[in-house]
Amino acid sequence: MGKTTAEKIFDAHLVNEPFPGTKVLRLDAVLCHEITTPIAIDDLIRRGKDRVFDTTKIKAVIDHVTPSKDTKTATQAKILRDWARRHDIKDFFDVGANGVCHALFPERGFIRPGYTVIMGDSHTCTHGAFGAFAAGVGTTDLEVGILKGVCAFRQPKTIKFNVTGALPKGVYAKDVILHIIGKIGVNGATDRVMEFHGSTIDDMSMESRMTLCNMAIEAGGTSGICQPDMTTVDYLWPFIKDDFAGREAALADYSQWRADADAEYDQVIEIDVTILQPTVTFGYKPDQVKTVTEMAGAPLDQIYIGSCTNGRIEDLRIAAQILKGHKLAPNVRGILSPATPAIFKSAAKEGLIDIFMEAGFCVTNPTCGACLGMSNGVLANDEVCASTTNRNFMGRMGKGGMVHLMSPATAAASAIEGKIADPRKYL
Amino acid sequence: MKTFGGPVLFLDRSDINTDEIIPAKYLTEITKEDLKPYILEDLKLPGFDPKGEKTVNARVIVSRANFGCGSSREHAPWVFEVNGITAVIAESFARIFRQNMFNCGMAAIELPAADLDQIFSHSGEADAAMSIDIESGVLTMSGGGKQKAFSFEISPFDKALVLAGGWVDYADQKY
Repeated sequence: MGKTTAEKIFDAHLVNEPFPGTKVLRLDAVLCHEITTPIAIDDLIRRGKDRVFDTTKIKAVIDHVTPSKDTKTATQAKILRDWARRHDIKDFFDVGANGVCHALFPERGFIRPGYTVIMGDSHTCTHGAFGAFAAGVGTTDLEVGILKGVCAFRQPKTIKFNVTGALPKGVYAKDVILHIIGKIGVNGATDRVMEFHGSTIDDMSMESRMTLCNMAIEAGGTSGICQPDMTTVDYLWPFIKDDFAGREAALADYSQWRADADAEYDQVIEIDVTILQPTVTFGYKPDQVKTVTEMAGAPLDQIYIGSCTNGRIEDLRIAAQILKGHKLAPNVRGILSPATPAIFKSAAKEGLIDIFMEAGFCVTNPTCGACLGMSNGVLANDEVCASTTNRNFMGRMGKGGMVHLMSPATAAASAIEGKIADPRKYL
Repeated sequence: MKTFGGPVLFLDRSDINTDEIIPAKYLTEITKEDLKPYILEDLKLPGFDPKGEKTVNARVIVSRANFGCGSSREHAPWVFEVNGITAVIAESFARIFRQNMFNCGMAAIELPAADLDQIFSHSGEADAAMSIDIESGVLTMSGGGKQKAFSFEISPFDKALVLAGGWVDYADQKY
């Protein structure tokens, strides 16, 4: 019997099975940010256990509210900063070097095929794009991860998504994952890994794969996982070139984490992307999706392009391509938040920042900010935002506010028209 | 071990998410106790008042499918804990919320939809209350002069966490 990618990673990292069905795994990366980590740090101090299991496997960033907006957020940042210095955490990203965690850490080459990754953040599933098992956890699991480098999991079952066909014009990874969530529901993958296969995924960039895996949690999934291939090797090559004789050797090594052909799946779901249209959410749950054709004309107050889902350079290029030569409609305001400093610099160098600013967008520093209604673009009561983020819960971007989730292309077209609009006419 | 059981707060909807349980803007609080006033602040349900007597008195929450979906914030179990609620009974849970509950030594108990329908039939009664026996895996719903027992299962690991009072001490001893 063959194994899925998650099964291979579980077997290779198993410390023990303290009870039937519960597996304690050794961790390769424990990622930390300033919202969920300070209480873990405080608890470790209180218990007299202010220690870290490994100063190189723990990575930390201030990203949710940065630069700090008030005393409380400044205190959270300070707790994380002081802790990182005290323990000599090698990779700590402070103001100026910081960006949205799930864009920044992969960009630095921290995530490799076959890794186990946890973070006190539900969108940690993003990192499965590299063929890793990456799961969001709470503060207590994070605390134990920091202290001991282990985490307990129920062995998840795996759903295989066979995604095939060429993406039609105006349809991107975001549309594919919104369609999938719409199909299986917000708990369609609870306690399951979502393993993505097929020609569409093979043709996707790492950025697109991260967009896809990022929203696995919106279907309840423990981790999204893509199969490591030459695209993965090429992305990681600057970080691994001294570890392998060549790219083929890296690919051969990483291929050990690919699922076996005879692996057993909980379900296999076929997705033909050739019939997809740009996809938009309409309600307060990520599985409430419609085509842009059905949603066109819905009123908007704000456009937000950014986040761990769609704030990467590829996303900015797509949005800028549509926005070039256009202005924001007078009834809406636009906010662009490049997800990391490197993305911001590339966007500036390529002239994308000019295009956004010419269109009338406000360009903010990299931060999670508005996505969860904390800073840099919070909505007022009854306001509506066209957003490239991942969660449309009622009030998510501000009390009484509503969010329509969509791709950067659809957000850009909607910015031009001041209402939800079809991007295909601009491509 | 924490104590379980008491007056019940009924939340009759599926997919109640962690933003509804504790909005993100309060995640800047540094202590669990500071979260207390904000319990379920953004939850909109007919007849539900986050500041009402039923919420204040509750020791158990009963809800439907996929309870606690969304963010990984452990602030969700914490805001329940500081308000005296140590158990949530639902048809199913989101994975991270469920694990956070047990990691804190609290209980996230799954029951079949049919059992929950019977439990929800008590939702109009002022004296609706539940007793929960983690060791034997039996909970008893009472109210309106009636009572009925339901058996439940939690995994051996989750049970060990409840008995140990949480995951940190357990893990530090063993790993």
